[in-house]
Amino acid sequence: MNKFDNIKKIIVRKPLKLDCGVTISNYPLAYETYGKLNQKKDNAVMVFHALTGDQFASGKNPITNKDGWWSYVIGPNKALDTNKYFIISANVIGGCMGSYGPSSVDEKSGKKIGINFPVITINDMVNAQFNLLDHFDINKLFCVTGGSMGGMQVLQFVANYPDKSKIAIPIACSASHSAQNIAFNELGRQAIMADENWKNGNYELENISPSKGLSVARMAAHITYLSKKGLQEKFGRKLQERDKVKFGFDADFQIESYLRYQGSIFVDRFDANSYLYITRAMDYFDLSKNSNGNLSKVFKNTKTKFFIISFTSDWLYPTAENREIVIALNAINADVGFLEVKSDKGHDSFLLDVPDFLNALKNFVDNSHKK
Amino acid sequence: MKEEFKIIANSIQREKSILDVGCGDGELMKFIYENISKKIRGLEISKDNIQKCIQKGLTVIEGNAEIDLQQFPSNSFDYVILSQTLQAFLNPEKVISDLLRIGKTSIVTIPNFGFWKVRFNLLFKGTMPVTKTLPNEWYNTPNLHMCSIKDFVNFCNDRKINLFKSLALTNNKVSSINKFNLNFKNLTSELGIFLIEK
Repeated sequence: MNKFDNIKKIIVRKPLKLDCGVTISNYPLAYETYGKLNQKKDNAVMVFHALTGDQFASGKNPITNKDGWWSYVIGPNKALDTNKYFIISANVIGGCMGSYGPSSVDEKSGKKIGINFPVITINDMVNAQFNLLDHFDINKLFCVTGGSMGGMQVLQFVANYPDKSKIAIPIACSASHSAQNIAFNELGRQAIMADENWKNGNYELENISPSKGLSVARMAAHITYLSKKGLQEKFGRKLQERDKVKFGFDADFQIESYLRYQGSIFVDRFDANSYLYITRAMDYFDLSKNSNGNLSKVFKNTKTKFFIISFTSDWLYPTAENREIVIALNAINADVGFLEVKSDKGHDSFLLDVPDFLNALKNFVDNSHKK
Repeated sequence: MKEEFKIIANSIQREKSILDVGCGDGELMKFIYENISKKIRGLEISKDNIQKCIQKGLTVIEGNAEIDLQQFPSNSFDYVILSQTLQAFLNPEKVISDLLRIGKTSIVTIPNFGFWKVRFNLLFKGTMPVTKTLPNEWYNTPNLHMCSIKDFVNFCNDRKINLFKSLALTNNKVSSINKFNLNFKNLTSELGIFLIEK
């Protein structure tokens, strides 16, 4: 039995024309829900995941047996209170947790699609997930939210569907992927493609996987999710189970051992080709591209109320980039609030127990729902 | 609620749009939101105060008025409020010009440095004034550009800013300021409240 057989999914019949020109149809979209949809259907929250996230935002992830990536946020009495709200979380297309992606099997050939999967964009991901509104017969969401790439999807969702969510909370993200972020993604992709087991993307045909490359990609990316101060405080120059350095290239330092461990557990749960496709989608994200760089124009019809959150120590999606979204929304007099949360935990702050963040999120969501 | 806030709130017409610059913990915003107009937003520099505003269900943007007012489009609000903050800016002149640009009407209040108790402090005690509206010592005050009611009136006149309503507040009593009683009000008022337009 396939490990994905028991997860929830819809088969999207409606054809979707991707930005790259290819049209897909009859494709699976895996999702999970938390809480209950009320009678009026006005309590639905769509949560979008980040690069390596999946639909299992809360509770135990049945595949990895780890806590969901937004366990601090979603649950009874938490910021996204499952006693009040119906949370819908889907695995993006291109992902590897049951949605249509490079590790899906091509029905005609019976083989995994691999590198023949079409290049996708954030726009494609959002348009695919919009089908879940039809599936649950929801006319309008109460809230769309997510951090990092999830935040990009929030922005894209409101741009595409200006009146389909009452509120939107993009967190620690950007409306246009920066050169630095493209550079880091390229580093990760090159690490994967340099692994001899990548086999030009056809590794699954030989039942192997470029785990060394994927692991290095994860290690490099992981550094960008933390802050210098956070790393220094947690690891400093502490040595790993030894009193002195061993004059070799073993993991002498705790930070080395930590990164190696992060890399090694990542390859068990993530597909290398998915990593290539999703990072590419992020790189291509430039919301104001079609309006000559005018981000305000993208949102001009929006009726959605925005709350944008950034973190002081996030250097991957710094406050300045989040603030550009605020400025664009202000310029069209949209209803927008903004908070930069103080945290030493870097970009990862949105996934962690940061009380100022969780309180602000809860208060904003609950107050917006009352009105 | 502070008498000053009541006067500000009473100056605002129903269902008009309002930007409260330096909205603090949102006390005035909340009153206006609940009683006068739902179309109110705030700009605030303190993270703690923003948390309090969010708790009250208010829409607030974290920012520094001296930098972030620039991003607001011209004539985008019916009213812009600046309550007892003008004196804390590096460049109050620039802030006032932004207020006039953004709002059709701006409501500016200032702690009056011409108030007799302030003058008394400096004249007889020879120390920097500490009063109810100016509670800080010289070494920890956020105020950089103190002015008196008369200074502010002159400032507006020099720049042809339409100062169409001037009120004085002392001991919770409000009175009008005009060109005949200006010197007197400048001596006897703790706070000046001004409605200005381009």
